[in-house]
Amino acid sequence: MKTKNIMIVGVGGQGSVLASKLLGHLLTSQGYDVKVSEVHGMSQRGGSVVTYVRYGDKVYSPVIDKGEADFIVSFELLEAARWIEYLSPEGQIVMSTQQIDPMPVLTGAMNYPDNLLNEIQKSGAKVDALDCLKLAEQAGSSKAVNLVLLGRLSHYFTDIPSEAWQEAITSCVPEKFLELNRKAFDLGKNA
Amino acid sequence: MKKLMQGNTAAARGLYEAGCCLASSYPGTPSTEITEELAKYNDVYSEWAPNEKVAMETAFGASLAGRRSFCGMKHVGLNVAADPLFTVSYTGINAGMVICVADDAGMHSSQNEQDSRHYARAAKLPMLEPSDSQEALDFFKKAYEISESFDAPVIVKMCTRIAHSQSLVETGTRTEIPERPYEKNIAKYVMMPGNAIKRHPFVEERIKRLQDFAETSDINRTDSGNDSSIGIITSSTSYQYVKEALGDKYPVLKLGMIWPMPDRMIKNFAGSVERLVIVEELDGFIEEHCKSLGLECEGKSLFGCLGELSQNVIAEKLGSPKTSARKLDSSVKIPPRPPVMCAGCPHRGLFFTLNQLKCTVLGDIGCYTLGAVAPLSAMDMTLCMGASVSALHGFSKAGGKNAVAVIGDSTFMHSGMTGLANIAYNQSKSTVIILDNSITGMTGHQQNPTTGLNIKGDPAGKIDLESLCRAMGFNRVRVVDPYNLKECEEALREELAADESSVIISRRPCALLKHVKHNPPLKVDPDKCVGCKSCMKIGCPALSMKDGKAHVDETLCVGCGVCEQRCKFGAFKGGK
Repeated sequence: MKTKNIMIVGVGGQGSVLASKLLGHLLTSQGYDVKVSEVHGMSQRGGSVVTYVRYGDKVYSPVIDKGEADFIVSFELLEAARWIEYLSPEGQIVMSTQQIDPMPVLTGAMNYPDNLLNEIQKSGAKVDALDCLKLAEQAGSSKAVNLVLLGRLSHYFTDIPSEAWQEAITSCVPEKFLELNRKAFDLGKNA
Repeated sequence: MKKLMQGNTAAARGLYEAGCCLASSYPGTPSTEITEELAKYNDVYSEWAPNEKVAMETAFGASLAGRRSFCGMKHVGLNVAADPLFTVSYTGINAGMVICVADDAGMHSSQNEQDSRHYARAAKLPMLEPSDSQEALDFFKKAYEISESFDAPVIVKMCTRIAHSQSLVETGTRTEIPERPYEKNIAKYVMMPGNAIKRHPFVEERIKRLQDFAETSDINRTDSGNDSSIGIITSSTSYQYVKEALGDKYPVLKLGMIWPMPDRMIKNFAGSVERLVIVEELDGFIEEHCKSLGLECEGKSLFGCLGELSQNVIAEKLGSPKTSARKLDSSVKIPPRPPVMCAGCPHRGLFFTLNQLKCTVLGDIGCYTLGAVAPLSAMDMTLCMGASVSALHGFSKAGGKNAVAVIGDSTFMHSGMTGLANIAYNQSKSTVIILDNSITGMTGHQQNPTTGLNIKGDPAGKIDLESLCRAMGFNRVRVVDPYNLKECEEALREELAADESSVIISRRPCALLKHVKHNPPLKVDPDKCVGCKSCMKIGCPALSMKDGKAHVDETLCVGCGVCEQRCKFGAFKGGK
């Protein structure tokens, strides 16, 4: 099998670490060779963050290059736009419509672009956009956006049984938050 | 079953399995997790040392006492530890000693992009370079065997993409290594000239024996290819990019031991291909060595020496690159999202005050380097750990005015104290601000000598900053709360006007620490807010302007109240 590429993008602190951990666990359990790559340190402090998840028969590079991502999972609108060149020709964006102003916008030096979702769609990319923050809050916590997004992403993995997703959630989420996260996953999945 | 494991976690596992008994390190991205993970094994004594030099000397002491030891650091940390490194090469070791250095090509979290491989050649020590998590585990184990066989500390070089990427790993079990009892040996361990002169020939002869080892060890290997019009020599993460871009097309010589290099193997490989290409990040280390062997090859002329490589960079020169499939309309401008000080960061109030007072701020290494970012823009210089304090002394002696040094608690313990001793001794009129957030922040909350806790979070010795500064001879030592703008301003004005040097300790724990209790988020009364944007000057990510009025993001705000102090119209409500 050709190596598949999932990019998780967002703003430092939004919960992409758990998302990549869960995907790594899930894909390993399916018998794939897997590589997950993230960057720590300075860039985490509210900056733009990106995590690469790659799986297949044999994965070499830990990173995803321009034009290679089969999926971009985005926690934030501007970040989906920022990384769009990484999408493969048939690639799918699964994203939250949440907007977080970066510092140059907060200080008034730049504007948050208007109609950005429209612009992303105009580029020809396949986009599945949801208000994941609302669904996460509905599940019980604004921090569960990551599980809402993964629930949505699970739609596109028809060959992975739903029990495997459930097992990955059980293994990666602390027990006291399990119910909340399961609910968030289902809300994303069924949205 | 194989487990998905981060390179650093696998490195720690390898050290554990190899019977490592002592680890002493200073945190530094991307090396930090090795020692954090090791601390989870009760069979290994692990600690955070005040700096890398202390860590390496501690590891050497443990080796001398007969136990396998380890120290880990980032690339710039090895500069600090270079002093013991070059001479421990002469003394050799007793029990195995392994040093990890982690480079940061691309400077994800570093102040420079130095290539640490040069240290192996300069100190005449063996260096191994894993290319995934499994190799990280295996190579750290192998490093101890090499260390004890050749009487040398062994350096294992990681890089961001190996340290912080996860791949599948087969783990083993720990081997308990019997103690090698310490034996007094003045000629070997006391490096005064008469003894060191006799040790130098040993070092030269050892590197030759290591080279013979490199020729025959399976740590270096050739992947065959169908097309010998090109042959590639590579190592580390670059190997993965080469295989990703080109598959099994061309033969590849993969070096797991980067120093000393296997000259015969390299020459044989070069002789079997038409065109020799070297793929390596940063400097042309392998390339220059190949050229010194008289081999014609290309490397830096194709790939340059800046930043990281990737599969596409290699495909562009040697294969067929993928192209971007999607682009936004060129009229859409995407604002950058640089890292920022967190909402409620205790550094913010202090940096805002420094900005208002137009101070020249000599900065240091840590989260607070973000004080340089607009709108605070309150930093004039950042160089290396501790440089703020020493440079301020020089700046003041040369007539510089209205200047301060800012340095974090952990960085101060690392190498700020010696600079402060210089101010105390040579008497410059300098004001040093210690930003005491009670943790090592940037690397992800490690304890340090001022926090009173050890690497496991258990009670430990605690150095009292006020007493330390007073003991050095500073009469003017005061503590301020950086959440209180008025207090910060008063302290700065008074200390800068004083006739002698002083230390201001700006003390409040990092807002991200779990034990820190936050106030409820503030709210803006839209009837009182006049939209003057005075609060926006503090650069808080929780504040924005909506419809001409200030707005607080309640999911981010921790109620620190700094914005409230900026407001002349009493528009902020709640909090305390």
